[in-house]
Amino acid sequence: MMDDAKIKIREFLSRFFQTSKLKDDDDIFALGFVNSLFAMQLVTWVENEFGIQIEDEDLDVENFNSITAIAGLIMRKNCYAQGA
Amino acid sequence: MRHRCSAAYIRAWRCADVAWLDLAPVFQKIVDAEGAGMELELTHEQRRERADFRRFVDAEIAPGAERADREERLSPEALRKIARNGCLGGILPREWGGRGMDLITYGLLHEEIGRACSSARSVITVHDMVALAILKWGNERQRKLLLPKLASGEIIGAFAVSEPNVGSDAKSIETTAERVGGSYILNGTKRWITSGQIADLFLALARCGDKPTAFLVERGCPGFSAEPISGLLGVRASMVAQINFQRCEIPRENLVGREGFGLMSVILTALDLGRYGVAWGSVGIIRACLDACVRYTSRRRQFGALLKEHQLIQEMIAEMATNLRAARLLCCQAGRLKQAGDSRGIMETFVAKYFASRAAMRAAADAVQIHGANGCSGEYPAQRYLRDAKVMEVIEGSNQIQQMLIAEYAFQEHARSEAEDAAAASIAEAQ
Repeated sequence: MMDDAKIKIREFLSRFFQTSKLKDDDDIFALGFVNSLFAMQLVTWVENEFGIQIEDEDLDVENFNSITAIAGLIMRKNCYAQGA
Repeated sequence: MRHRCSAAYIRAWRCADVAWLDLAPVFQKIVDAEGAGMELELTHEQRRERADFRRFVDAEIAPGAERADREERLSPEALRKIARNGCLGGILPREWGGRGMDLITYGLLHEEIGRACSSARSVITVHDMVALAILKWGNERQRKLLLPKLASGEIIGAFAVSEPNVGSDAKSIETTAERVGGSYILNGTKRWITSGQIADLFLALARCGDKPTAFLVERGCPGFSAEPISGLLGVRASMVAQINFQRCEIPRENLVGREGFGLMSVILTALDLGRYGVAWGSVGIIRACLDACVRYTSRRRQFGALLKEHQLIQEMIAEMATNLRAARLLCCQAGRLKQAGDSRGIMETFVAKYFASRAAMRAAADAVQIHGANGCSGEYPAQRYLRDAKVMEVIEGSNQIQQMLIAEYAFQEHARSEAEDAAAASIAEAQ
């Protein structure tokens, strides 16, 4: 499931920049590929694609700065939603 | 049926010998058709809401728009009516006291208000930007405390990002926020703040170290002051002010979202709605220009013929009528994508705002031209539309910023389409 999420995230990121050499743990913000508007598009996409609600406590750059980080956030939110 | 009827009129209109025709119904049909052109796009409920908005705007907003522009303020009574009619925080869910409008209905409200008074539209838009930012990124306490008051208009919200040295480049803001004990201390100046003269609550962007962060600042808190800015070119009644934070102390719980993510999420969420409101407001300006020009050219005679019978006038009317439809459809597309939670809605809003604000500027310039000397005078609203339209090209991301981002979007779309074609080709080859 984590791998499925990573594939989808990589596919989404490829709309904005070349992802063929991007590693799962690379910091997409530090690499300078994206602007601040991208972050908003990313948050909107994650909510819609995975049916989760990103909330203020999730608003940490560390939750969004790599494919692994985003997939981890999605997994945590999904576990929480299923457990609730 | 209406479409067919309009087409027949237009065919007749193209005939060389149409001098005997009364062309007023032709123009009237065009005006009707711009509404009808969208009928397919709207649900019964949305049409009903639009009719309500129109009645309210014609009765309560339009009559005071010239005076508000002249006096550079909306009257408290006008604001009360706007609030009473549920025009503030309309997108807030009903559980918070809002009307739970979908984004198309919300756009229709902005078109109708924008048709009569861009200043009122601006005040509503920034208020809603604050409400949405709190709804989306505020904590439970902030929502419970503030959203019902924003929905009822008990408090008015304003959005404080721009500074004397910072406009489009929001991440370079100079206002600072320093954490001291259980408080933040804000220092800096915000400028060009719509509703800044009257707002009770400001969503402000400040820098915590190097992290842009969003805060709620209440009017009147220690170290807060506001200075009215007058003599603006357009949206003159939107009560713009400079806001000064001089060791302005706010409680820690007034932080919205997280330190460092304020710009990326909170402010951009608000700006996205603001841009959407400006796009629809610009549609309203085009509509106002078209209505004014149809009326004026249907009764003013020059060279023995009504103005509307002159083909160079018809060209300008045709541009307005066409751009009105195009701008509105772009707004509808952006609204639908937003409503569906589709991330493309963000960029489609840029496209809609860019097109609609430029079209509004052209329509308003042509409206002044058609009205001639009358258009330059305070007796007709065309000059106000022109002044207001110019502002639409500047605010919520200048059109030059929009051009850069839309171009980047176009390159992304192209690359994506090529990648999809390549993937399809390789699958076909493998088979």
